Amino acid sequence: MPSKLRTESGFERPDDFYDVLIEAHRGLTEVQSAMVNAKLILLLANHIGDLDVIREALAAAKAGV
Amino acid sequence: MPSYAYPTYAYRPSPDQVRTTPARHRVAIVGAGPVGLAAAIDLAAQGVACVLLDEDNTVSTGSRAICHAKRTLEILDRLGCAAPMMAKGITWQSGKVFFRDGQVFAFDLLPEGGHRFPAFINLQQYYFEQFLVEHAATLPAIDLRWKNRLVRVDVKADCVRLGIETPDGTYDIDADWVIAADGARSATRRLMGLDFRGKVFEDRFLIADVKMKAEFPTERWFWFEPPFHTGGSALLHRQADDIWRIDLQLGWNADPEEERKPERVIPRLKAMLGPNARFDLDWVSVYTFQCRRLDRFRHGRVIFAGDAAHQVSPFGARGGNSGIQDADNLVWKLALVLKGLAPERLLDSYDAERLVAADENIQYTTRSTDFITPKGTVSRTFRDAVLGLARTHVFARRLVNSGRLSTATILADSPLSTADIDAFDGQLRPGAPALDAPVLRDSREGWLLDSVRGGFSGLYFAEAGVDPTVAMGLAALKQAPIPVATTAVVPAGQSAADGLAVVVDAEGQAGRRYDGAPGTFYLMRPDQHVAARWRKFDRARVDAALARATGH
Repeated sequence: MPSKLRTESGFERPDDFYDVLIEAHRGLTEVQSAMVNAKLILLLANHIGDLDVIREALAAAKAGV
Repeated sequence: MPSYAYPTYAYRPSPDQVRTTPARHRVAIVGAGPVGLAAAIDLAAQGVACVLLDEDNTVSTGSRAICHAKRTLEILDRLGCAAPMMAKGITWQSGKVFFRDGQVFAFDLLPEGGHRFPAFINLQQYYFEQFLVEHAATLPAIDLRWKNRLVRVDVKADCVRLGIETPDGTYDIDADWVIAADGARSATRRLMGLDFRGKVFEDRFLIADVKMKAEFPTERWFWFEPPFHTGGSALLHRQADDIWRIDLQLGWNADPEEERKPERVIPRLKAMLGPNARFDLDWVSVYTFQCRRLDRFRHGRVIFAGDAAHQVSPFGARGGNSGIQDADNLVWKLALVLKGLAPERLLDSYDAERLVAADENIQYTTRSTDFITPKGTVSRTFRDAVLGLARTHVFARRLVNSGRLSTATILADSPLSTADIDAFDGQLRPGAPALDAPVLRDSREGWLLDSVRGGFSGLYFAEAGVDPTVAMGLAALKQAPIPVATTAVVPAGQSAADGLAVVVDAEGQAGRRYDGAPGTFYLMRPDQHVAARWRKFDRARVDAALARATGH
């Protein structure tokens, strides 16, 4: 099955994205960060809406863990 | 103290008990609970006598299964038992979900009108059983024997011998067929040594039925981690007689003996209902639950139904409602086999169809349980994240799972269904249960489902009259060995051909729900599921579909 998950670079300014992500967690406790991450995953997963893409992303995320 | 006066049904010795050789019966049903009673009443309606055995002499202890879904009410109506349930039951269709100290969202289970029955009624299981017992008592074909406990099952080549213990000692009967409807702790299942496999959930819940005059609306209210019950879930739901069902999650480490003591229960309820709430405890139970089923429901001449066949977690009201659907599915098949009109293998379709339904119910309730009682830190974080987002984001509300409430199972891949060869729009499809609609019958307001009962039936959607050739074909179907009684559905102001039953689709709801363009013919099973449908009536196709639907 051809891959539906895009893994080539998608950001125009990758450093900006990384900075936004890290900044969002600044000052949060571990528990708060975990909640933000969970909500972020839910929001983005719903935005994607394609379970095939999400399954592929989960498999890629779990590789080597 | 319970407010309900439990009836005591008299044990009456049967002539079977003093015979030298066992009496032979066509059908024996083990267990006079909701499923066994529904099966017995349905068999009687189809002209088949049965012996119905129950080890006790009263109805269900405690309110137990309280939410009865629209499909159950439609089945009860076909059996002539819906009226007392509707009169006593509490009608509801909406609910609210709360997280911590705030409301997350509200829902409505039956947003469209034009249905005879509501999405749900709440009625204590003891009333549900009492009304079925009262109806069964009017049917001479049902031989209901209280205080008759099953103690032996001996499967022979051509019958099943049942050993039965009574206050007067034990006796045997032989039955051609046995329906085991004897509940989660089925004696039939145990005596036959059958495996009952599945998943046990490590959690305990407190059920408290309280009697109180309260201002809460007639809605299902579900709380995740409410301030009055830290860390757990809670449910509040109204039943008949000003009884309210309260369900509190206690956790796996709770001591069931301690937790059911009033001195433990009452403070928990006061925290929930307020310090000034006036209530009486009516019934208390602490329960755990499991999701499991038999590998197959038909074991030769012994056929399992309801909790004896499958058990689900209580979230979603899928236990009692699926049991009634089991009986609905099984009885017409058994009646056709007993009358020599269908081969025995028709009964295998009960297995095929109801195993799929059981797996669907187990999957739904397992997912609900995983959401309500998350195991582990990460699943709890995701659960709370969903609830947190649901206040403001619609997508997250659809992820909130406080129980996916029972709807009728669509028998999508049934071996009895004939696949569509024509194009149809809408929710219906082969294997789906019929949809009701308001109609006029002899100028009086009525319901379409009243034309879909009493065996196989047909619905013929006509515009202006019915073509005489088609009318003759439809009339001839009624004379077949397995008769099909057809009703013409016509628009307002039209009449049908001579000799055809007719209903007027005055509001156009039937036409819309069935995508019933003129000429459309639906073949419906005795359990009101769609067997086949076409855009044009063709006798040969109907005969082939009928043969398929009856296991030929």
